[in-house]
Amino acid sequence: MKKELTCIICPLGCTLIAETDSQGNIFISGNRCPRGMDYAREELMEPKRTLTATVEVKGQEAFSHSRRLPVRSTQPVPIELTRELLAELYSIKIDLPVKIGQPIIKNWKDTGIDIVSSRSLAN
Amino acid sequence: MKSLSFDAAVIGAGAAGMAAALELEKRGFKTAIIEREEEAGGILLQCIHNGFGLIEFNEELTGPEFAERFTGQLAGSKISLFCNTTVVSIDNGSENKELLCYSASHGIMKLSAKAVVLAMGCRERNRGNIRIPGDRPAGVFTAGLAQRLVNIEGYLPGREIVIIGSGDIGLIMARRMNWSGCKVHGVVEIQPYPSGLARNIVQCLNDFNIPLYISHQTMRIIGRKRVEGVEIAPIENGALATEKAFVIPCDTVLMSVGLVPENELSKESGIRLDSVTGGPELNSMLMTKADGVFACGNVVHVHDLVDYVVEEARRAGAFAAGWLEGERPGFELRVKAGANIRYISPGSLDVERENRLYFRSLVVKNNAVLELRLGGELIKTIKAGHVQPSEMIKLDLESEELARARQMTDPVLEVSLGDRQP
Repeated sequence: MKKELTCIICPLGCTLIAETDSQGNIFISGNRCPRGMDYAREELMEPKRTLTATVEVKGQEAFSHSRRLPVRSTQPVPIELTRELLAELYSIKIDLPVKIGQPIIKNWKDTGIDIVSSRSLAN
Repeated sequence: MKSLSFDAAVIGAGAAGMAAALELEKRGFKTAIIEREEEAGGILLQCIHNGFGLIEFNEELTGPEFAERFTGQLAGSKISLFCNTTVVSIDNGSENKELLCYSASHGIMKLSAKAVVLAMGCRERNRGNIRIPGDRPAGVFTAGLAQRLVNIEGYLPGREIVIIGSGDIGLIMARRMNWSGCKVHGVVEIQPYPSGLARNIVQCLNDFNIPLYISHQTMRIIGRKRVEGVEIAPIENGALATEKAFVIPCDTVLMSVGLVPENELSKESGIRLDSVTGGPELNSMLMTKADGVFACGNVVHVHDLVDYVVEEARRAGAFAAGWLEGERPGFELRVKAGANIRYISPGSLDVERENRLYFRSLVVKNNAVLELRLGGELIKTIKAGHVQPSEMIKLDLESEELARARQMTDPVLEVSLGDRQP
């Protein structure tokens, strides 16, 4: 089986060819760096994406520049879990101040994924 | 009226302004940054997705994380940052430039400096710029404005979305709207290929099964009070196939149709602009036609990556510092965009130092070759690999390669793109 993928690891966007033989071995070509190899394998087995979102900041006025706090996952999240994780993030209300890198959710559902703040926000 | 005096004044506290100011401060100059928003960081603060900093920091950061690397340094420096402050004019008639500023916290303020760095960034093209016909209902936003509403202010611009233009901001917003619980019904692109990066097509459209209509033109926006739909038609063999037009129902239109350098202030101040880029014409010191006024980042030409903006801004800051120390442009060699090149920045080189040029191709080409001609004579060819209009090309030139220009009257270096010889 032959499958064409576009690598999303960096802005170069290499076109990767993944071929699977009858024994289930996967062969990857077209990658310009080793990370493309890992990406293609993961994309075939269990596709993942880094998740970025915002959570609500408590007690902010309309049009304030700090009504939402940007957050990110510390590692890529399996695509089929993103909706569930987003729903949880949208239910969070956070108090200021927050420091960059501060954990918002630790080890979400035992996946090893942390959600951290991606900026500092003062009171 | 408050009057303040600095060695250097930087206009804009985005990535370019912060990087330029930090360079000036490092060289020991008393520096001010004037910023119209309430905090430093610029557009990075609303770009909450990751993908920034691969070149600058060798890791993948979100926009706010990238910004904080610089705002952190700013806080630890002696740079004076004036937020909520707008520069309304630059008087560059004398050695001391005077900036007239309006500020919520300082009132009307006059700020004088011997060097000025323009770092105002760019703005989005909108519906008027590309002349989309139809009704004028509520619900039409530029993608960047929608990004600010969603990511910073916490409002959704609508629920059922159509995106016009396939620029990266539009693609990023397609994913963001989807992750925010909206439905994106399609992205409409007039060109036969998407204008955003391949990775963004994959992770922002394909992941969510959002249709991409390439070679499709927007016929009109429909809706009396609120947007009700967008009518589009395919372009076939160079002609609009109006008989195949169809309507995509939606309540919101986001436009991602390009960026233009923000130069109202420069224009008002009599600084000459380049007709192709819309940014100031620059010499080898990244200085505008006004002595002592420098420019860097997206105010000059729209860069692909913030990493390149920072790199250029550091050089502009260093040149401004050099200017304050008495350095002046040397023997300037004019640069001309030749075949298949849209523009080159800056517009001239100094034959006595190492120079860096940024430029854009007009065409998509594999195995492209850069050809450099000095006074009409081919002096160098360089393999450029795959080139396309959406990717900036960078070229470093040594002074030895240009030395011959000294013997010429009004020499011109022409850069063009050709095919590799068989």
